[in-house]
Amino acid sequence: MHKESAIREPLILGHKTYHDITEDVCRSIEGKAPKTWYILFGIALLLGLYGVGCVLYLLGTGIGTWGLNKTVQWAWDITNFVWWVGIGHAGTLISAVLLLFRQRWRMAINRAAEAMTIFAVFMAGLFPLIHMGRLWVGYWVMPIPNQFGSLWVNFNSPLLWDVFAISTYLSVGFVFWYIGLLPDFATIRDRAKHPVSKKMYSILSFGWSGRAKHWNRFEIVSLVLAGLATPLVFSVHSIVSFDFATSVIPGWHTTIFPPYFVAGAVFSGFAMVQTIMLIVRKGLKLEAYLHTKHIEYMNIVIMVTGSIVGVAYLTELFISWYSGVEYESYAFINRATGPYWWAYASMMTCNVISPQLMWFKKLRTSLLFTFFISIVVNIGMWFERFVIIVTSLHQDYLPSSWSMFHPTWVDIGIYIGTIGLFFVFYLAFARYFPVLPIAELKTILKISGESYKNGSAPERPTPAPVVAAAEAPVVEQVVTEAPVAESASEAKEEISEEEKQNRISSLIEKLGAGSADAKDDLKLISGVGPKLEGTLNDIGIYTFEQVSKMTKEEYGLLDSITGTFPGRAERDNWAEQASNLMNK
Amino acid sequence: MADRVIYAMYDDDEVLMDGAKKLVSEGVHITDVFSPFPIHGIDPIIGVKHTRLGIVSFMFGLLGMTLAVIGFKYFMIDDWPMNIGGKPNFSLLENYPSFVPITFEFTVLFAAHGMALTYLLRNKTLPGMPADNPYPRTTDDRFVMEIRLSDNTKFSADELHTKIKTTDIVEIEEKDYVVVK
Repeated sequence: MHKESAIREPLILGHKTYHDITEDVCRSIEGKAPKTWYILFGIALLLGLYGVGCVLYLLGTGIGTWGLNKTVQWAWDITNFVWWVGIGHAGTLISAVLLLFRQRWRMAINRAAEAMTIFAVFMAGLFPLIHMGRLWVGYWVMPIPNQFGSLWVNFNSPLLWDVFAISTYLSVGFVFWYIGLLPDFATIRDRAKHPVSKKMYSILSFGWSGRAKHWNRFEIVSLVLAGLATPLVFSVHSIVSFDFATSVIPGWHTTIFPPYFVAGAVFSGFAMVQTIMLIVRKGLKLEAYLHTKHIEYMNIVIMVTGSIVGVAYLTELFISWYSGVEYESYAFINRATGPYWWAYASMMTCNVISPQLMWFKKLRTSLLFTFFISIVVNIGMWFERFVIIVTSLHQDYLPSSWSMFHPTWVDIGIYIGTIGLFFVFYLAFARYFPVLPIAELKTILKISGESYKNGSAPERPTPAPVVAAAEAPVVEQVVTEAPVAESASEAKEEISEEEKQNRISSLIEKLGAGSADAKDDLKLISGVGPKLEGTLNDIGIYTFEQVSKMTKEEYGLLDSITGTFPGRAERDNWAEQASNLMNK
Repeated sequence: MADRVIYAMYDDDEVLMDGAKKLVSEGVHITDVFSPFPIHGIDPIIGVKHTRLGIVSFMFGLLGMTLAVIGFKYFMIDDWPMNIGGKPNFSLLENYPSFVPITFEFTVLFAAHGMALTYLLRNKTLPGMPADNPYPRTTDDRFVMEIRLSDNTKFSADELHTKIKTTDIVEIEEKDYVVVK
């Protein structure tokens, strides 16, 4: 099996077994939801319903209910759209790019981040749809044969590219997510007690059974989908940036937009992942799987992408001056010093300065600080889109038509509503879906689990052999104890049977005799498995009391007798463990 | 005569692998393995061939790309050329730069969905399909070998039992083989 470097921090803390992982993830699904969940769900639902109401009002009345005017023809609608699409970038990035790079820490966050992506892109898609004004003719964006002289959609237009990019992204992202969910739904299905939930999860799991061939296919499908999704992530936000970059508006007409938007999207996406995951890990008690190291890794991604965004802002400023185009220069001077200076200042502070604080290890490993910064970044990234869109438009070529943008209650209501709906979906997901990929976590348990890395994992309890075949347990023992036995070979000296008996009797003399009748379960001592328990019993050690009396000398004596576990008893401090167990 | 099947249950993936190696070296044919997660390295031992889904995906991708090109050539060049800002509208090649995004998106769309659908169909995992893992715990922390007697005609059932019992199993059961799906 693949071994991971010992200096790498473990990804799963403490000692977990395969069954523990199932239990830990399924606990929140099978148990009752806490009161906080209902309260949060209620609040989110109210906000969401208010948003739906605003959308219905908008559809019934018209786009005039938004605060748009002749000069600022695009404002919150497209700002919110780009903001949500940006947030929707982290999930696929985590699951696809990090899968290709074989980053195992993604296992703790990919499921939840992909769910976030899907819900965020869903919210994003709402804006172009309602922005059409007449939602019921929304199908006109598809190239469908029609009666208008066979008028086709314009394949030269970035707005049409957007339609294809967003719908491809949403559907491929969903498929990727769902294929990963199948085995986990099967786990929940096989554990479900209630007939209704059994039926539901049975349908959701599509009858997944975990055959070897299916797992073989599963792995290749995940890999290929990751390979397809990786360029897709980059293409989606590039295409979103083309909405602006292919126009001739000063401040939009720049070639730097695609990489700058993609970096910004990853930046805001990871910030949203942090916000949500910090709550989820706490609420669902998943600290062992998603701990400070994961948060730190994500903070490093935030720092790097934040720096890319910062460099992009400064490049943009420099080029606006260096190009010598006065309209371009004016657009940027107006952004920084015009009536919208406060939006520009918030964007610069939140997106350029705040991620730089992550250079300090103390700050990037602080959960509270991370939570705070993640919110700051999300606010900053909303302002970035607002600045790009509104400040480039509001003072156009004709000073007589210069104006400001004032959002109406419908603008605000729809925005708040999408946040509400997003959390409605997310809370439902956290309640009924496995938030961690159960199957994938099991594959990294023995590689990156803390107890397996530092060797403190108890011996695999050998199941009672069906036939008392002498050779059977030996095969297994050789496998699991291979690293220990290696160091033992040099320390082990040939000792005669007589000498061994002498040592055993001197050991028992020191520890006091025990009897097989008043026997304790020595397997409770970490480091003692059934095999070792047998060996100890053979020597004459039966009780915790005997073990608790052991000192360095006795450990040495024991090692010299058994010859298989040098230093182990001392390292695991059996004596202390035994006296603790004794006092229980 | 109905086929009989022996299910040997293990509680660890590595133990199952060792067991499988041992059994296969003795000439036992292991029909299938049920596990809660992919056991890396089990496929060559029990003779599961590498999947060809990657090729399927590539072919679907080609199909998507071809459809996209045929589509916008017809819409934008042949049927209704649109003069937009004087951009070339009379030849596919000259107009192609602005068709690159759609070509890419359509390729990915087809490759991903084509492969995913093929995957679900080949696995027979579709909504409403019954599950056929022999024990519910194989999706939790148990690993089960399925050894069909019809695949192992050179051994008797008892011989197989004895052989399997020399590996580190938790449980063993012999049943009639039922095709669930």
